[in-house]
Amino acid sequence: MAAVTGGRWRRWFSLYIPLGIFVIVTLFPFYYMAITTFRPDREMYIPWNRPNFAPFWTLHPTMEHVALLFRETLFARWLLNTLAIATCSTLISLFCGLLAAYALARLRFPLGGPLGTGIFVTYLVPQTLLFIPLGEVIRSFHLGDSLWSLILTYPTFLIPFCTWLMMGYFRTIPRELEECAQIDGATRIQAMVRIIFPVAIPGILSAGIFAFTLSWNEFIYAMVFLSSDTRKTVPIGVVSQLVMGDTFFWGPLMAGALLGSVPVAFIYSFFVEQYVSAMTGAVKG
Amino acid sequence: MPPSQESSTSLNFFRPARPWVGVPGLGRFLRATRTERREWVLAFFLLLPAIAMLGVFVAYPFVRGIWLSLLDSVVGHEGDFIGLANFVKLWHDSIFQRTAANTFIYTGFATILKLSLGMVVALMLNDLLGFKRILRASLLLPWIVPTVFSTLAWKWMFDPTFSIVNWIFYHLGFIHVRVDWLGGPVAAMTSIVLVNVWRGTPFFAITLLAGLQTINPDIHEAAAIDGANAWQRFWRVTWPLLMPVTLVVVLFSVIMTFADFQLVYILTGGGPANSTHLFATYAYQIGVATGKLGEGAAASLAMFPFLFLVVVFQLWYIRRGESGKGAT
Repeated sequence: MAAVTGGRWRRWFSLYIPLGIFVIVTLFPFYYMAITTFRPDREMYIPWNRPNFAPFWTLHPTMEHVALLFRETLFARWLLNTLAIATCSTLISLFCGLLAAYALARLRFPLGGPLGTGIFVTYLVPQTLLFIPLGEVIRSFHLGDSLWSLILTYPTFLIPFCTWLMMGYFRTIPRELEECAQIDGATRIQAMVRIIFPVAIPGILSAGIFAFTLSWNEFIYAMVFLSSDTRKTVPIGVVSQLVMGDTFFWGPLMAGALLGSVPVAFIYSFFVEQYVSAMTGAVKG
Repeated sequence: MPPSQESSTSLNFFRPARPWVGVPGLGRFLRATRTERREWVLAFFLLLPAIAMLGVFVAYPFVRGIWLSLLDSVVGHEGDFIGLANFVKLWHDSIFQRTAANTFIYTGFATILKLSLGMVVALMLNDLLGFKRILRASLLLPWIVPTVFSTLAWKWMFDPTFSIVNWIFYHLGFIHVRVDWLGGPVAAMTSIVLVNVWRGTPFFAITLLAGLQTINPDIHEAAAIDGANAWQRFWRVTWPLLMPVTLVVVLFSVIMTFADFQLVYILTGGGPANSTHLFATYAYQIGVATGKLGEGAAASLAMFPFLFLVVVFQLWYIRRGESGKGAT
């Protein structure tokens, strides 16, 4: 590494300080979200140009906003809804994606190429292109305002991703592995389920974590398809119940934002490596 | 798994060992052996769940969306066929014209900023000796936390009266009077782009870093021995070698930024005075908030031509990369 030969101070100015600033700017909104959550209203609503404006610290931390969230809104219910929707749609997508990826990566059959391209293209269809007609489709299936409307539509952006990621993973598994199993008398399906799928578990985990965070974060489908308060997901519930016209209840809003992010951040913290490999795998052409 | 193996296998995505693709299927079917046909049947059943889901919830809504955009339907009323009237109406709608311009400005500026900043951060991270994993994990937080929540935090930070951003900038000496970050059209567009850059840069940085780590350091050393300085080494060695990763990341990001909704919906709601709408937020306002489904469907379909071009370019680029790889 040639860069190491530079002076000690030069390295501070060209590397540590700019990187430090970048990290601070990246993480500051979360810090601010956290201190606002525990900040009492009388301390929060002080204009920024007053001398007693205390930007970086909460002097008298309070739990009133968190308590309000659970007492006055259905926050706990929204958390459960989001968890159920994200889990179910992730499982459905893993199932469909795993099978499709095996076929596309391992089997020889006509139209395999166009089908692979087709699945890739649906990966690039943004939710905002289809939300209006999809809402109509959901209504015509009588799924409007039910959790099923999201459990069944989230796989539309999760399946292509899972398929793509798993195809890449299957290709790293040597063909000899299943050929050996088949020579030993296993059928193709047995070899697939007993030999290949277990070996692919790290890939499945990566795809699952990524899919879970994507469905936890989804916004527009949830907003268009759901209307009852009891069926909302956390992002929709927080935005619809704690913003009244132009009035933003910043304390509870930030409390909801913080607590709504904790579950997904918690899962992420355990599987950072899997998440990063899924993300970088997702953009490798 | 070794990185070289990983990248070479995923590059084969569209061309697994299927030499007859492009050959009409019928003759193939007649000549197929029993084993081959059993493989086809298995493939059919394995693909069935995925294709069914995508067919019912992507392909069918897409067709229905095109049909809907040709109707004057409103909520609770099917509507009549009116041809391209919805599109003609949008074409002459001054808010829609503004929306189209906004979307391209937003996508253009945000992408350029995310790419340059992400590249700088990736190079710095690559140069760093320790702390790499912890930094990578924490830098991805904006990507993990639901966009709605982080955008709400930004909206609070931009609040005209209680803005911490104003406080910081004032005390750093950048501003001398109050700035209403979301108050005017230009200020609001700038703020939206900045928040998008804040959220997207880590994604660029981490994926570009993954690309940088596959570049053999020997190449850099050889260039350095030949007398290339750091600037030349970046543009002559790193940039060309990183091009395939860069291009895919940029195209992904362009699609997602172009079709963005949450960020603008939370930060400005398209205001002030409809000056910061993107296609998606305007389509939502027409189609869902005011219930004009046909017109709303037309407004979101207006994104399609550009998205289509990007996808076609991406497919073309990936295939070109593959045939180049096959030849060597």
